Amino acid sequence: MSSREKILAAVKKNQPRDPGAETPAVSQTVVADKKEKFKTVLTAIGGTVVEMNSTEKIAAYILNISTDAASIISTVPGLQLGNSISGADPHSLKNIDIAVLPGEFGVAENGAIWITDGAMGDRALPFICERLMLVIPENSLLGTMHDAYQRIGAAGYNFGTFIAGPSKTADIEQSLVLGAHGPKSLTVFLLGG
Amino acid sequence: MKERGGKDHAKLAERFNEDEPRVDWHDKTLWFVREKRDKAAWQIPEWEQLRERASHIKNTVLANLHDLLLQFESNAEQNGAIVHWAETAAEHNEIVRSIIARHGVNRIVKSKSMLTEECHLNEYLEKHEIEVTDTDLGERIVQLANEPPSHIVLPCIHWKKEEIGDLFHKHLGTPAGNSDPAFLTAAARQHLRDRFLTSRVAITGGNFAVADTGEVVVCTNEGNADLGVQLSDVHIVCMGIEKIIPSRDDLAIFLRLLARSATGQPITTYSSHFRRPRPGQEMHIVLVDNGRSTRLGSDDYRNALKCIRCAACFNTCPVYRRSGGHSYHTAISGPIGSILAPWGDMKKYADLPFASTLCGSCSNVCPVKINIHEQLYRWRQDLVKQGYAPTSKKIGMNAMQTVLSNPGIFRIGGWLGRKLLKRFPFMVNNRFNPWWWQRDMPEPPATSFREWFQKNRKQ
Repeated sequence: MSSREKILAAVKKNQPRDPGAETPAVSQTVVADKKEKFKTVLTAIGGTVVEMNSTEKIAAYILNISTDAASIISTVPGLQLGNSISGADPHSLKNIDIAVLPGEFGVAENGAIWITDGAMGDRALPFICERLMLVIPENSLLGTMHDAYQRIGAAGYNFGTFIAGPSKTADIEQSLVLGAHGPKSLTVFLLGG
Repeated sequence: MKERGGKDHAKLAERFNEDEPRVDWHDKTLWFVREKRDKAAWQIPEWEQLRERASHIKNTVLANLHDLLLQFESNAEQNGAIVHWAETAAEHNEIVRSIIARHGVNRIVKSKSMLTEECHLNEYLEKHEIEVTDTDLGERIVQLANEPPSHIVLPCIHWKKEEIGDLFHKHLGTPAGNSDPAFLTAAARQHLRDRFLTSRVAITGGNFAVADTGEVVVCTNEGNADLGVQLSDVHIVCMGIEKIIPSRDDLAIFLRLLARSATGQPITTYSSHFRRPRPGQEMHIVLVDNGRSTRLGSDDYRNALKCIRCAACFNTCPVYRRSGGHSYHTAISGPIGSILAPWGDMKKYADLPFASTLCGSCSNVCPVKINIHEQLYRWRQDLVKQGYAPTSKKIGMNAMQTVLSNPGIFRIGGWLGRKLLKRFPFMVNNRFNPWWWQRDMPEPPATSFREWFQKNRKQ
């Protein structure tokens, strides 16, 4: 018998009877002001939230804080900035300073933004850049993770991730340090209007 | 009596307690994390409902694990992953080694995976001349120091920043005496960035594996799992068979609970859903049993398989906070480790279920409602029955049984004890009484309750 067969046989033999009872319900929290909550939470976990009403203004904002346009990549439709991704080797992205990517939606309760591989240009980009910027429509904000997975549904992405703030660690004496291995900062543009 | 294994929690904890200010610091640091957990939990009015639901989902998973595993395997394979099954730790290690060998590399990066700690994968690979770089900062620190992690979420919680400064000076060439956490983190970032860019194989654990979609979800704050995987040609996921959950919807429950229980964060920075490998990348998923399938058949101990490795039980435990993770001499320490470890080796870990006050705080904070303190109590009974209790404890228990089941002896014993304690306190306040080592003995009462009651019942 292969290990697979042995494990499956043992599991089948030993698994208990189904608890059967009704699945306990979870009351839906209603987040009254999703934008306010999202801003408060994301700021508290080290992110920056900027409200904008056009992609032109976002472009101007980014160019204003960047010293090297060649190290910017944007995959946001209508936001022409810096470089486009050339080639399939993610290692070529190692010197990217700013990556600007379109997020799908934000979650008010925890400040997380959902983004899938189709929007990333390269899957390594949101993690390898020094500064990550995500653009989401203001009206895409959802209340909780329950709403988030309802919205994701059976989506057929290859890779998807919730990003909540810059990469961070508190492994040295519980001192919070932003910028562990991934981006040192996260800016979220809430696109209104 | 059967001979016990070499290491003993009480003895190791005693050594940890030699440095009292350090124990106080360790205790306070972990209590601070526990308080952050409370604050985060109290912000969610439906917190208790979430725990109940999470517990229910996990119970359902354990009852349907056979079918869910098959469903997960089939979906993962459709997604393009290669699924492996390992009955034992040794088989898991060999599967991982052979994948790495096939790609002809001798250095790999690994993000946090308690399963690989359980299987001692690093040692195995290093024996086969494959260098493993643990990329979680805390894990890298203990790896450089040649130690195992002392906590499953905060691996180097027992290290002081000055010591980490010295360690980095020695291994990474940082200036001597610099112990600023931001500076040291930046140095580690630079050192590990090089490893990420040059490793072709990346190992990750898996927090959740969704049967319905065949995807694996990995949660980190540092982004080390993602960076490793996305820059590699081969992604190996190592996970226990109990990590399966039925559907994506269930992730909403667990992701709401996990980080809040672990560190008090609303969610980890990254919650990544690995469904299909990058174009040209290989994705392997190693499903490991290592005793889990037999534990599934135990009504008393099955429940521990619900664990999502948040470590809330560690941070709240008065014994863990004051004895340190290494005193548990097993990969997963703390209360949950104390009920997990004896299943694999009763003899070696017979001491662990006794490393508890049975206060129940662990069960109260557990996001999936594992009855940890009840299992600790159950283990004690089973260990004594199986002959794994130390002789001194057995003599004491037998004496206790005689005294407590015989009211006459109990009365005389109590009277004698009170008299002796009063007149000759040195009879108990001496080094032959282990209870006295860390505690003051109580003042003996003038009378027993029985005597008092007989005298006062008429009033």
